[in-house]
Amino acid sequence: MKSLEDLNALKQKSLDELKLRESKDSVRIVVGVGTCGIAAGAREVVGAFLEELAKRNISDVSVTQTGCIGLCVKEPLVDVVIPGQPTVTYGNVDASKARQIVAQHVVNGLVVGEWVVNKL
Amino acid sequence: MHELSLHILDLLQNSAEAGASRVSLVVTEDTPQNLLAIYVEDNGKGIAEEMLEKIADPFTTTRTSRKVGLGLALLKATAESCGGNLEISSQPAVGTKVSASFRLDHIDLPPLGNIAATIMVFLTGRSGMVFSYRHCRDGKEYEFSSQGDKRLSEHPEFLIKVRGIIEAGIKSLK
Ligand SMILES: Nc1ncnc2c1ncn2[C@@H]1O[C@H](COP(=O)(O)OP(=O)(O)OP(=O)(O)O)[C@@H](O)[C@H]1O
Ligand SMILES: [Mg+2]
Repeated sequence: MKSLEDLNALKQKSLDELKLRESKDSVRIVVGVGTCGIAAGAREVVGAFLEELAKRNISDVSVTQTGCIGLCVKEPLVDVVIPGQPTVTYGNVDASKARQIVAQHVVNGLVVGEWVVNKL
Repeated sequence: MHELSLHILDLLQNSAEAGASRVSLVVTEDTPQNLLAIYVEDNGKGIAEEMLEKIADPFTTTRTSRKVGLGLALLKATAESCGGNLEISSQPAVGTKVSASFRLDHIDLPPLGNIAATIMVFLTGRSGMVFSYRHCRDGKEYEFSSQGDKRLSEHPEFLIKVRGIIEAGIKSLK
């Protein structure tokens, strides 16, 4: 890998795109990455979100993480926060569900009802 | 946890939750000494002395305090079952140092697993986090560091690239 030049080019591109992102209210995906989440596969879930967003060239959605929120049997837990809409929490998310959440909910605005554990 | 790199993610998350802005990870594999060691050091809020004793002894603490979690207890159990141990030293307001050791040839030693994925996930969304990683394997060494660029930590394509670079770096130790 021609790592450094690649990375520098990408860095410039990222900065340009992020300027765009900052100008609007952005969509957030929040993954629970505490001990229970990690043991249940949260690392792979974060990876799947990043890969799916990169693949679709989506740069106005941010992925962040949170610790344990005390619903350990439902880990990995994922919040999808879209400004102006109720926050949706999905439970027992895995890599394949994460990809579908991007496709259906983030891109098309359709909540995947089957996996929702909470909505507020 | 089926990979040591998942324990590593757990340690890094503890540091982040303690408000650290600088975290360093060192992994050493030393075949002649039959030793694998993981060190995580941070500049987070630290742990008070009375709490430190409790953390070191999961069996008394889990019963008396609901505030003590699972992460360190699990790692301690894994280290001890592999002929090693877990040591934590900390100074409130200065930072914390956790080291876990394992016998490299122990039959129960979990694989290191995907450290690159662990680091990518740790950096995700952590703007301002200054992070360094050093991996030594029998005299060979690989180093990666990230200066905590606020915006790049939120860019999927960049994060995936970083994972690839670290993967290649670890492979070069073989
Ligand atoms: N790097 C650190 N800096 C400061 N405090 C720490 C650090 N690591 C652990 N602690 C303290 O030790 C406690 C126990 O840590 P441990 O990882 O075992 O559980 P937890 O993080 O609270 O919960 P869990 O890991 O189960 O999600 C933490 O709640 C925190 O108070
Ligand atoms: Mg923890």
